[in-house]
Amino acid sequence: MGQTIVEKILSKASHGKAEAGDIVVADIDYIMAHDGTAPLAIEAFREFGAKKVWDKDRIILFIDHNAPSDFEELSTLHKLMRNFAKEQDIKLYDVGQGVCHQLMPEQGYVRPGYVVVGADSHTCTYGALGAFSTGLGSSDVAAIFLSGKLWFRVPETMKFVLEGKLPRMVAPKDVILYLIGETGADGATYKSVEFASTIMENMPVDGRLTVCNMAVEMGAKNGVVATDEETFKFLGERRPGEDYVSDEDAVYASVKEYDLGGLEPQVACPSMVDNVKPVSEVGKVEIDQAVLGSCTNGRASDLAIAAKMIKGKKIAEGVRFLVVPASQKVYLDALRRGFIETLLEAGATVCNPGCGPCCGLHQGILAAGEVAISTTNRNFVGRMGSRESKIYLASPATVTASALKGVITDPRGI
Amino acid sequence: MVDRIVSRNIHFFGDNISTDLIIPGKYKFKTTDAKELAQHAMEGADPDFSKKAEEGDVIIGGDNFGCGSSREQAPLALVGLGIKAILAKSFARIFYRNALNLGLPVIENRQAVEDLAPGDTLEIDFKKGAIRNIRLDKTYPIKPLPPFLLEMLEADGLVAYYKKYGRLPWQEA
Repeated sequence: MGQTIVEKILSKASHGKAEAGDIVVADIDYIMAHDGTAPLAIEAFREFGAKKVWDKDRIILFIDHNAPSDFEELSTLHKLMRNFAKEQDIKLYDVGQGVCHQLMPEQGYVRPGYVVVGADSHTCTYGALGAFSTGLGSSDVAAIFLSGKLWFRVPETMKFVLEGKLPRMVAPKDVILYLIGETGADGATYKSVEFASTIMENMPVDGRLTVCNMAVEMGAKNGVVATDEETFKFLGERRPGEDYVSDEDAVYASVKEYDLGGLEPQVACPSMVDNVKPVSEVGKVEIDQAVLGSCTNGRASDLAIAAKMIKGKKIAEGVRFLVVPASQKVYLDALRRGFIETLLEAGATVCNPGCGPCCGLHQGILAAGEVAISTTNRNFVGRMGSRESKIYLASPATVTASALKGVITDPRGI
Repeated sequence: MVDRIVSRNIHFFGDNISTDLIIPGKYKFKTTDAKELAQHAMEGADPDFSKKAEEGDVIIGGDNFGCGSSREQAPLALVGLGIKAILAKSFARIFYRNALNLGLPVIENRQAVEDLAPGDTLEIDFKKGAIRNIRLDKTYPIKPLPPFLLEMLEADGLVAYYKKYGRLPWQEA
């Protein structure tokens, strides 16, 4: 019987044959935690009575969620992380360097076939490079700090076979929003989701990262895309010796085919990510804030779309257009290519690399009654501030079009 | 965890209770202390919950309980409040794992949730693998956990297990 990508990776990592439903103990290639989760993990590690981490070179820490700190209690937690990193000689990406899920692939910690886990639910992003990656809580992370291993139930795989050619102004974000709408917020709970076929084959790695990033929004354990030339182009000299592709006779929990040749830009309406509609059916929604950034859509290719659409124009009066490059490298790239200048001239506010306002901590917290359209990945009640605010999720093009018009706008008309 | 839990009060919540509702993101950046977090537990879904809840209470959830962020502060806040178990139609994966790691029993049983009425009392018996609605005198099975996870739950969570046995639950004795 053939194996899925995730069965192959977990077989290798557990030194046996892993089949869906098995419980395995897998070796971890890399593990990450950030300022929202690392402090608890460090405390749990201390409670174990442990002195040294299992491998200082396989643990990466990030200060990205609320960085730089804007209150003293948080500064104390940041300091705790810096002290731990120093004591254990662990790599820590500090304030301004970027979002964990951008930096992990960008800085070379993710490779096909690796098991990369993290104390963040969007760790599932790295499946875009043919890795098995999933989010964990702080206690599990502390157990890995200690031992380098963790137990997993090998997930069944749901396969999405995506055919067609995406129309103009329809982006990877629209693909994943559409699939979440179709599947439901818990339609893939405990499962691995594999995104496959023509649409994925023609999608650069940036787009695959966007798609896999949101696999957890349908409840999935991980998202994954088979490796191919695009993967290897992204990896350059980090190219692995072997491909990670599901066998033809692999067993799937389900296989669903979609022809996305006629897909419209999609919008996830308040306040669940699976409340998805084509932009033409959203109606007239006035916005106070537009956000371009995050681990979902803060890459240079996303900023390029916005800059191209907005060049020579001005954002609508009364709208705050917040642009948050996902990393320092992205920021510099956008700066050198003139995107930052174009965005500033149009009236955008460019924030430092990091998570920005995505989880309602700083840099654009919404007041009661306010409405935002955002390229981020969650629109839950209270996510970006007040419980009485509303968040719509969309692609960089739809967010930019909406920033220009002051209402949620179909980018195909711009 | 004790083998047998009898609920004090039960508190109903609906579907898709996200970790943002269980403990809004801003609080996890202020403290890691369970008692302090507990003051804001479920604040996004019911701002007065921390005042209503009492030691020994059980939370009843709908589908996809604990979806969203991986923050372990979510089950930690509930532990800090003295919540003894969560019974839901279904759980999001990371929350489920985190709750077990903190020694908080999480039980999936759709029928048991549907049969419950306000004021009911539940008896949860992990040894027998059953929950009982006392008013209806009806018993529902608890899907068995792998033995190493049951041992971890009995030891009150991952850290407590390690302190007691000097190894992780899935490591060979």
